[in-house]
Amino acid sequence: MTVMIDIEDARKTFIMHLQGGISLPVVRGVSFQVKTGECVVLSGPSGAGKSSILKMIFGNYRCDGGRIAVRHQGEMTDLAGAEPRLVLNARRQTIGYVSQFLRAVPRVPALDVVAEPLLAAGLGRDAARARAGALLGRLNIPERLWSLPPSTFSGGEQQRVNIARGFISDVPILLLDEPTASLDAANRAVVVDLIAAKKQDGVAMLAIVHDDEIREQIADRTVDVTTFAAAA
Amino acid sequence: MSEVTRTSDQPLLVAEALSKSYGRLAACRDVSFVLYPGEVLAIVGESGSGKSTLLQMLSAQLAPSAGHVSYRMRDGVLRDLADLGEAERRFLFRTDWGYVHQDPAQGLRMAVSAGANVGERLMAVGWNHYGRIRQTASSWLERVEIDVARIDDAPRTYSGGMRQRLQIARNLVTEPRLVFMDEPTGGLDVSVQARLLDMMRSLVNELGLAAIVVTHDLAVARLLSHRVMVMKEGRVIETGLTDQVLDDPREPYTQLLVSSILPP
Repeated sequence: MTVMIDIEDARKTFIMHLQGGISLPVVRGVSFQVKTGECVVLSGPSGAGKSSILKMIFGNYRCDGGRIAVRHQGEMTDLAGAEPRLVLNARRQTIGYVSQFLRAVPRVPALDVVAEPLLAAGLGRDAARARAGALLGRLNIPERLWSLPPSTFSGGEQQRVNIARGFISDVPILLLDEPTASLDAANRAVVVDLIAAKKQDGVAMLAIVHDDEIREQIADRTVDVTTFAAAA
Repeated sequence: MSEVTRTSDQPLLVAEALSKSYGRLAACRDVSFVLYPGEVLAIVGESGSGKSTLLQMLSAQLAPSAGHVSYRMRDGVLRDLADLGEAERRFLFRTDWGYVHQDPAQGLRMAVSAGANVGERLMAVGWNHYGRIRQTASSWLERVEIDVARIDDAPRTYSGGMRQRLQIARNLVTEPRLVFMDEPTGGLDVSVQARLLDMMRSLVNELGLAAIVVTHDLAVARLLSHRVMVMKEGRVIETGLTDQVLDDPREPYTQLLVSSILPP
């Protein structure tokens, strides 16, 4: 197994200027690895910094120190403090992110929301849409909804559209932020299957899941985030 | 392991230490950045922050008091805008650049037909076959979701949202590589804004355009741009990936801007 994510001594503190400049330490000394074909689950109570770690890897939170290396185009590449272009490039080719909430773009049909990462990766429109449809079907989104913008969907449907968008691309690293929260049993099982298929394909995954049963099914290892507690 | 080795494309536009003063008033101070092909940069800040002055300098409409703007011409050579000849400047304005004004009346000719508004840019670059010009104009009207039956109507008979979409068609018909946009959704109803933003977003993606968008609306920046520069009192105070600057703002002023948005 090849190391895909290698984090060394990463740390993050928020400085809240509007609250008198108070400093809010989130995590420090974050160090672990994720290899091909394994799913590592971050554990720890709410507020321990699990989501923050995912966001630091994806680059929507800045990293205040340390190293966040991912295998991008065959080379371990430090994304902490990297140029925006490099981070964007890594998101197109290397790292996918399934968040809890869909940031719906007005007017874009569900099918295209899901197909977009494939188009960005250079696949043709028809092929991208066909794969998007297949995945939406698997996640039990009825075909009559595919041409509608997901902003009109129920919370659970929106989340499934977002899951489809996250799982559709062929990127070698996936970050999963509670992918099964608020799903019913049937759809949770579909997501567990999708994760198993990604493992078969050698995808390295880092996940946050609160459901113990799901964690049992998907986790190869857990990393306890409380050991990175930054509170001095 | 430098980035250059894996992304070989070169900068499209380079701004170096740009400043503009009016007497003792410094409208824009020491702004430097690099824009690559296909990249969308949002310049955000309140009125008076210097973002419009900066856009005018970048688009060669205003001479900087200090600093340089260079642009990679189609022959691949990076040229200082201040050194361009008249013909080269004309080429940029008519073909290789687009400029979308906040007020469509500034970017359109309000008394001539929609078809002529789009066709005019093509004629300016040497198209002379009436049928082909009209056909291209119709297909662009369709692309910006304007009913082709309205092709012979003048934009003064159009709604605000339609005028803005027509202005975009007029700008994109010559297949520019760089589009400047000054508050492109300002003054439009919210529902009209959403439609326009979505359209601009897909056009920019499909055409691989580079764009510099000035806006005070962080939602516009979030939806359209890859990168953000935050301006205050003529200076760039924070810059980075759009979601990074908006999700994890570092500067006090950026935190204030981000926290001032009302959640929907």
